[in-house]
Amino acid sequence: MIPLQPPRRLIDVEIDGEAVRVPEGATLLDACATAGKDIPTLCHGDTLTPKNACRVCVVEVEGARTLAPACSRKAEAGMKVATGTERARHSRKVVLELLASSTDLSTTPRAKEWMAEYGADPARFGEDAATVEQPPKVDNDLYVRDYGKCILCYKCVDACGEQWQNSFAISVAGRGFDATISTEWDAALTDSACVYCGNCVEVCPTGALSFKTEFDMRAEGTWDEDRQSETTTICSYCGVGCNLTLHVQDNKIVKVTSPHDNPVTHGNLCVKGRFGYGYV
Amino acid sequence: MDLRFRDAQPTDEERAAVDALLGPPATAWDGGDRTAADLRFAARAEPARDLLLPALHAVNDRVGWISEGALDYICRRLTVPPAEAYGVASFYSLFSLSERPASVLHVCTDLACHAQGASEVRQAVADRLGPPGTSWQESPCLGLCERAPACLTLTAGDPPSAAVDAPYSGGQGGEPPVAAAVPQAGQDGLVLLRRVGVVDPLSLDDYRAQGGYQALRRAFQLGPTGVIREVTESGLVGRGGAAFPTGRKWEATARQPDHPHYLVCNADESEPGTFKDRVIMEGDPYALIEAMTVAAYATGCAKGYLYIRGEYPRARHALENAMATARARGLLGADILGQGFSFDIELRRGAGAYICGEETAIFNSIEGQRGEPRSKPPFPVEKGLFGKPTVVNNVETLVNVLPILERGAQAYRDAEPKLFCVSGNIVKPGVYELPFGATLRELLDLAGPTGTVRAVLLGGAAGAFVTDLDIPLTFEGTRQAGATLGSGVVLVLGDDVDLKAILLRIAEFFRDESCGQCVPCRVGTVRQEEALHRLSRRVDHSDLVLLREVGQTMRDASICGLGQTAWNAVESAIDRLGVFK
Repeated sequence: MIPLQPPRRLIDVEIDGEAVRVPEGATLLDACATAGKDIPTLCHGDTLTPKNACRVCVVEVEGARTLAPACSRKAEAGMKVATGTERARHSRKVVLELLASSTDLSTTPRAKEWMAEYGADPARFGEDAATVEQPPKVDNDLYVRDYGKCILCYKCVDACGEQWQNSFAISVAGRGFDATISTEWDAALTDSACVYCGNCVEVCPTGALSFKTEFDMRAEGTWDEDRQSETTTICSYCGVGCNLTLHVQDNKIVKVTSPHDNPVTHGNLCVKGRFGYGYV
Repeated sequence: MDLRFRDAQPTDEERAAVDALLGPPATAWDGGDRTAADLRFAARAEPARDLLLPALHAVNDRVGWISEGALDYICRRLTVPPAEAYGVASFYSLFSLSERPASVLHVCTDLACHAQGASEVRQAVADRLGPPGTSWQESPCLGLCERAPACLTLTAGDPPSAAVDAPYSGGQGGEPPVAAAVPQAGQDGLVLLRRVGVVDPLSLDDYRAQGGYQALRRAFQLGPTGVIREVTESGLVGRGGAAFPTGRKWEATARQPDHPHYLVCNADESEPGTFKDRVIMEGDPYALIEAMTVAAYATGCAKGYLYIRGEYPRARHALENAMATARARGLLGADILGQGFSFDIELRRGAGAYICGEETAIFNSIEGQRGEPRSKPPFPVEKGLFGKPTVVNNVETLVNVLPILERGAQAYRDAEPKLFCVSGNIVKPGVYELPFGATLRELLDLAGPTGTVRAVLLGGAAGAFVTDLDIPLTFEGTRQAGATLGSGVVLVLGDDVDLKAILLRIAEFFRDESCGQCVPCRVGTVRQEEALHRLSRRVDHSDLVLLREVGQTMRDASICGLGQTAWNAVESAIDRLGVFK
């Protein structure tokens, strides 16, 4: 069954000279996708309200003083958008350089590809460039917080807070470059309000949050996504009917996710569905 | 909301400080002692997130720092998750989350003080108290630029106290009267500054004897649409730096069908080199209260917030007194002047964050969130404070409304007044009022540079350096000269000032004050500071290219004005003053 949305008016926008028709309320990113443009995104989450913090998706809107984040700017009738201008590409390049020079992007999907595409060279900030490097926080058996890989996209905070889980175990603390994702007083997760639903892990775009199994296997060098198979099934714990996608490597479950387009979960699970597979 | 706490308990003093603000807790569900009834019935605690910042202030004011027990108690009282409250408390530089002495000395090392020997003051304090840490800290601009170099001691207690030491004398001598900051005080022909130093800032009668509350009476005659028409015709534009037409902003807010509407007065004046709003608030506080009442009447607001920066104790006391007196005399509160219009003002205090002067960050700060700017659209006139239509104006903009109504739009237009904060290497620093169109040279003739002028920083840290003294001081004139009037900062730098050090200080300022939300600003300000450090040791072309590329991205892709303008001053210094040639 596909839930029906109330009908929405269609509006016309122009993406790189090409006329595109999108429903009212759609973002420029939606319009770009309709026009077949591939815009890089990091902090954008398909199940979350855009925070537009990373600024890697900026596009040029005719008549605007600054560039607009495609992920959050709503399309307006008659808008003329250019996605590949010198100015937009320059901003994306520098944003990627700034991120890569301060954060470990080694487990960020597509980061390498984008860096090559935009010609980003993070090394030019010199060897003394400040970074957010720090040891990973391993304080429980279920997931690991490796904030040396954190780009501060706010997605985990939003997923933990009012947008999904309503646990409010983490928040952004501090200010500026020193800002971090933190529990109160930087306490261990076991002392915090965390309920181990793992929905923050689900939305993390860089691998800063990862399953303990994945973290350990990466450390051993045995993590290999090419050898993994994905099977979507239904959680057997309660009657809600959440879909689980089991990631299996060498006949062992190594990670559990949930399809983001699933109308029951929208990618969210509880601690049992996400981590309670030990009996299998 | 289901909150989870660790075991920390507040001390009696911390509990008393919070209860003094919020009243005693009603039940065990919001932090009181547990009774038999609490175990039988669940009570609903009303979330009051917007009182988070005042509650943090209450503890910090009483004890000097915020302990885990105190923060947990605040969270119980206000139904705020501890992790979020921790995120908010750690955002502001005036709060400490670790134990420190009750008395903390803030030594201003920003631009105006830097030009007047702040480094020697810093050294003197370091010799006396050791390296900066808990008992003293370096501070961004304290808004005391006319008396540079400045220090401010904040002492926790009941009541807390604040002592300004400017110019720095090691703690001797009290604060001079407000008029000392206005070299033109008492002169004929002043408009905005005419009462500063002339009236007793505490006396409502004095204010009324000098023409106070005539504008409000006129507003009631004109009606809300009449006021907006008058303000629109006057051509008044915002004085905070963005120069947006005030009449249009008011009209757009007044038209919004969604209610209630809110008025926010932005008195979080923190741009380095700016102190005009402080002088108005200290010297003529009733003018601001009257102007806010007029603005609220025109735009249909029943509630206004006056957000003042935490480093302005004297201005805050003057305003608190003015609000209380006005309320007692029926000029604020229900049924003002018997006209059936009700409006009240709540004073909110910032806690050391430049970014909270951004027009949407100020909403988040008032709401008890981290003071991070929101992305626009939606604009404040549509969705502002608490998601409602909001008109947000700076102090100087608001007080301009009084002469517009008193004299009429046309007469105001003929000699539109503008305030300038003149500091640096100057004989008579202070706030000057000149009609729009005067040149920089005319202003400097009044203030008197102490020697040869090497450059003038217009508009503060987010402004630009200029060397041409014949620039007309108007929004268009400065724009044509590739500068900005900004908040009216005119910081004069003489020949002997180390420009590289000034640029480093600007970069350091933006690095410290970036909220950290968007990547271009959070990392870009750090990379610019690193590049400037390298450049001040050795000029390398690649570092200049790097500065420009990062600067362009910050200007194009940052969320708010802080990141978008952070590179302006440094760029102008490189291009016009040839600093790194």
